Amino acid sequence: MSGTAPLIQLTGVSKNFGAVQALSNVDLVVNPGEIVALVGDNGAGKSTLIKAIAGIHAISKGEIRWQGEPVTVRSPKEAARLGIEVVYQDLALADNLDVVENMFLGREKLTRTFQLDRIAMERRALEVLEQLRVTTIRSVGQSVEGLSGGQRQSVAVAKAVMWSAKLLILDEPTAALGVAQTREVLELVHRLGEQGLGVLLISHNLHDVFEVADRIVVLRLGQNVAEFDRRTTNQTEVVEAITAGRLSHVPGQAEETSA
Amino acid sequence: MSVAPDLTRIPAAEPATLRGYVRDWVLGLRNGNLGALPIVIGLVVIAIVFQSLNSNFLTAGNFVNLMVQGAAMATLAMGIVFVLLIGEIDLSVGYVSGVCGVLVALFLTPGDGQVPTPIALLAAVVAGAAIGAVHGILISKLKIPSFVVTLAGFLAWNGVVLLLIGSRGSIIIQDKLVISLTSQFLLPAIAWGLMALAVVGYAAVQLIHRSTRRRNGLSADPLSIVALRVGALVLFGSGIVLIANLSRGIPYVFVLVGVLFLLWTFVLNRTKFGLSVYAVGGSIEAARRAGINTDRVRIACFMIASSMAAIGGVILASRLRSVDSNVGGGSLLLYSIAAAVIGGTSLFGGRGSARSALLGALVIASIDNGLGLLGLGSGQKFVITGLVLLTAVAVDALSRRGRVTGRL
Repeated sequence: MSGTAPLIQLTGVSKNFGAVQALSNVDLVVNPGEIVALVGDNGAGKSTLIKAIAGIHAISKGEIRWQGEPVTVRSPKEAARLGIEVVYQDLALADNLDVVENMFLGREKLTRTFQLDRIAMERRALEVLEQLRVTTIRSVGQSVEGLSGGQRQSVAVAKAVMWSAKLLILDEPTAALGVAQTREVLELVHRLGEQGLGVLLISHNLHDVFEVADRIVVLRLGQNVAEFDRRTTNQTEVVEAITAGRLSHVPGQAEETSA
Repeated sequence: MSVAPDLTRIPAAEPATLRGYVRDWVLGLRNGNLGALPIVIGLVVIAIVFQSLNSNFLTAGNFVNLMVQGAAMATLAMGIVFVLLIGEIDLSVGYVSGVCGVLVALFLTPGDGQVPTPIALLAAVVAGAAIGAVHGILISKLKIPSFVVTLAGFLAWNGVVLLLIGSRGSIIIQDKLVISLTSQFLLPAIAWGLMALAVVGYAAVQLIHRSTRRRNGLSADPLSIVALRVGALVLFGSGIVLIANLSRGIPYVFVLVGVLFLLWTFVLNRTKFGLSVYAVGGSIEAARRAGINTDRVRIACFMIASSMAAIGGVILASRLRSVDSNVGGGSLLLYSIAAAVIGGTSLFGGRGSARSALLGALVIASIDNGLGLLGLGSGQKFVITGLVLLTAVAVDALSRRGRVTGRL
């Protein structure tokens, strides 16, 4: 069963904050090794959806299945235990710590005498960076402050992968990056897919999306409006869906009839 | 895209050759990582200036004086470092040291209430820790800015000093152990023995560290660098012991400060707690997301600051052989904060070390001592110390401006 089941499957997920319906009846599937882009205009519900998956918001209605099993994700800790890691836009790295310290922060390896096991941590960090072929970081002993935006993003991703993430949610990973660094990060995302991880990529940049995503899911006003296979679509089609995708019901009216 | 395949191996922490070290150091200097260099230059300048003005400055006797005079400030400054590391401030440590000094004096006053010396000392440190816990809880749980809480502490603990002293005016300290701290000196042979022990211990730690890293396939310091470090310790260590032994010798309090320095350096560099302190100071959000209990870390830092203040209070009481209503006041607080900052601990959190407190205390104690030898009063002392503090921070700020990714 687990061989064929999607990594994560959301069915009919709704979320309302009081009277505001942020998500209504959203379906989403991410398979292992698949890179799914989640696109939509501001306020389309992308952030609410990832927060629901990450355990920050509880869903109001619907079902989340993780590797075929129904789950309720009540906290980021529970999400992490399942293997869901979110790499947020602002990265959450401490500038003054080095690469190894950042990757192990809060989950340090200790020796038998309760000292930091620097050697074990450094080896593991190098291993993961090598596995992801992050080659631009000169030394894992350098502080994160001196890294470029792309390198910082790589460290944040490597940290998530190291803690055995199976599903990686990347929130606007290229938003603040230059051309070369964007390349670097997109290549990394591509490799994550090759290594069998599921990736959910939230991005405003359709160029980036077309570069790496296998599937493109479009949200509009909290609803699924379209889903495309990257190989058989083009940017015009996606933009159209983002701005004018057909809604199954108009928000506002829906509540009146269902309530 | 991917360059040559052999580049996939990422070099670990340090460059592996002496040349690489020198190159990285020079590069670091250019980028504004001045390290201890400004302090060393500053100390040389101070030594030259004061020696040329008064030939008593660079004498063995004055060197020993300097150790005794700077000990309390260095101790307080090491505690302050923890508070500065998490981006907070503690204005109360001066009078907290006063309160604890008075407590020790009261506990040791001959009479019915007298308690054994070790218990009196322990009680003072526990009292300090408790005071720090109160500050820390108010700051982290009630979210009152540390500036306000410790400013209130500054006033309140000053009041407690006055209340404890009462109408006595001052309390003489007669306890032999407490007095010996600043008035007794190591026998020359013992001083040399301790020095040898420190060198051997340091060399052993460095070599074991190096060989373990090599065994695990990680980059390790070249032997030449290890030899240089050990050599430097031998040079400075024997210099200190030699000069001190020409006069009265190494004061007991120097050993105490040395042990505290080793303890806090170990805690900051080698423990999970130390890493949490740096993380909270560097990015409290990152620390929180990593699952660190940031409130607990902050409370612990204030407890360390106040406990170190208590120890400093005992040192001060020992040196003055009495406590009076002014204890913990005067320039002690601001000198201690200035020492930590001059030594290179950032006021904005995340950067600093126990070493910076010692170096900064050495600078301030030297200036204070030198100006005293010249017969200058407090007015001139404060003006000059203030300018030195300003210079130190300015050097730091200007050098950081050159940094590639500096945000200041």
